[in-house]
Amino acid sequence: MVDHRHEKLISLSMLAVLSIFAFLALFPVLSLLVASLSPATDLMRHGLSPELFFSKFDFQNYVAIFTTEAGDRYWDWYLNSVIVSSILIALSLLFSSMVGYALAMYEFPGKRIIFILVLLVMMIPFEIMMLPLFQLVITLGLVDTYFGTVLPLLVAPVAVFFFRQYSLGLPREVMEAARVDGCTEFGIFFRIMVPLMLPSFAAMAIFQGLISWNNFLWPLLVLRSNDMFTLPIGLATLLTPYGNNYQILFAGALLSIVPIVILFLCFQRFFIAGLTSGSVKG
Amino acid sequence: MTLFSQTGQAKREPQTKVRYSFLYSRKIAPYLFISPFIISILILYLYPFISAVKMSFERVLPGQVFFVGLDNYERVFNPVFFRALQNTSVYVLLTVVILTVIPLILALMLNHRLTRFSNFFRAAIFIPALTSVVVAGTVFRLIFGESDQALANQFLSLFGASALDWRYGSATAMFLMVAMASWRWMGVNIIYFLAALQTVNKDLEEASQMDGANAWQRFRYVTLPAIKPIIVFLVTISIINGFRMFEESYVLWETSSPGYIGLTVVRYIYQQGIRNNDMGFGAAVGIILLLIIFIVSMIQLYATGAFKRED
Repeated sequence: MVDHRHEKLISLSMLAVLSIFAFLALFPVLSLLVASLSPATDLMRHGLSPELFFSKFDFQNYVAIFTTEAGDRYWDWYLNSVIVSSILIALSLLFSSMVGYALAMYEFPGKRIIFILVLLVMMIPFEIMMLPLFQLVITLGLVDTYFGTVLPLLVAPVAVFFFRQYSLGLPREVMEAARVDGCTEFGIFFRIMVPLMLPSFAAMAIFQGLISWNNFLWPLLVLRSNDMFTLPIGLATLLTPYGNNYQILFAGALLSIVPIVILFLCFQRFFIAGLTSGSVKG
Repeated sequence: MTLFSQTGQAKREPQTKVRYSFLYSRKIAPYLFISPFIISILILYLYPFISAVKMSFERVLPGQVFFVGLDNYERVFNPVFFRALQNTSVYVLLTVVILTVIPLILALMLNHRLTRFSNFFRAAIFIPALTSVVVAGTVFRLIFGESDQALANQFLSLFGASALDWRYGSATAMFLMVAMASWRWMGVNIIYFLAALQTVNKDLEEASQMDGANAWQRFRYVTLPAIKPIIVFLVTISIINGFRMFEESYVLWETSSPGYIGLTVVRYIYQQGIRNNDMGFGAAVGIILLLIIFIVSMIQLYATGAFKRED
């Protein structure tokens, strides 16, 4: 038998290593919390000094974000982020679930090519096509619009892949029965299959929502006016050394991750399913 | 059969059927399902891709476009581009190694039967992945501030080291970019490895233990072959994402970094294509980036034998 002291030693050393990494992961989040509760001008001048961790909390930044004009602008960005993410989740889930479902449930000429196309699209970096897409968006007059902001994310190959894998497990007998009852192919999908696929929709809603909520480079090009900015773009404008709204930056940065962290803690399972979807073979 | 029927009612029936039959057709339905997606691929991928290639041979001015042949490509190979490429390559190398080796070790620990609180650790290490790069940049700029009082410099002073100008030195700038990316992606890669570790054959593992294989041998001959596909996958996406890096650099220095220390290839595309309005040149840099990513990925996939086992 393996001796228990040996096991205990292994167990403790692993616990120590994992604790160090957990600390490294959480420390910046804690730092942000402390920063949001510290005087903003001090922070900008001296960075985050250790004393601030132990000094009295100062709620000035939060007062500013709820009462000042700059604070109002912050909530505009927040609203924009919510709208943009909602549009993206709705459209990309609709499109990609239909493709994933069709690839899994039907036999049709061209099916293999479509699937290869999905994988190919996964590999071409967006940055290569960024400039022509930007030109296209200008031509279509979509600069500074919600739709222009979500446009490149509408094609979601990872989601297609995920929905295909999920649909492979759907019951085909139900399909046949519904056809006999005179249901259309679309009716089968929307009325029977979508309810069965709800867990996969939840996983992809979270996955796409996270991508959209944190998306940076494309919105940076497309969004021009302050009242259309999403959270990352708006907060980035506050990062400049010439700014004078640091209060909004620190409180705002923290408030921007709060809903996501809460969602994550409640729906961890879906987050993880969404993430691993692109990699699991089969 | 109804064709031969002479009654009016029978004549009308096939008509309505024709009008709606596509909704019932198993042959047509899949194409309707995939059509929105295909149309978006054509508009959002194929068209921009072809235009990017075309644009790289052009000089794009407001209202007019000139064909300039290889002019843009000749201009690409300048010292600034090479500096960007050098920064990007160092960044790719560091992030690929860090974001493969450490998450693998941590995932093995989290998966170990002797580990307690593994759900807590997994969640804790994953939380940075939820933050946007701007949030990460804000925090890192505060922790790694230039002042003596900032956390990182205070930490250094504990060991008697002198304060650093983090964002203004070449090596420390690279450290910040790599640290930020590692902080945000560590938890994600752990999740990938944990998913892969579930596919390891438990019986084989037990059998090898019975046969007296030690921990390293079990890892080397049982675990590693099983998770090799995921390692190849992660290295590939780390290379691609590394070459695409822009955001980490942007949030540390906004529009320009001192002496190009934070310049990356995509940042160069952004500067030239958008800021300087030289879209043709930016497109040419993009095409060269695509070729580099393609070649590096191919070498990597070939070296790891990813092509051998594939069907």
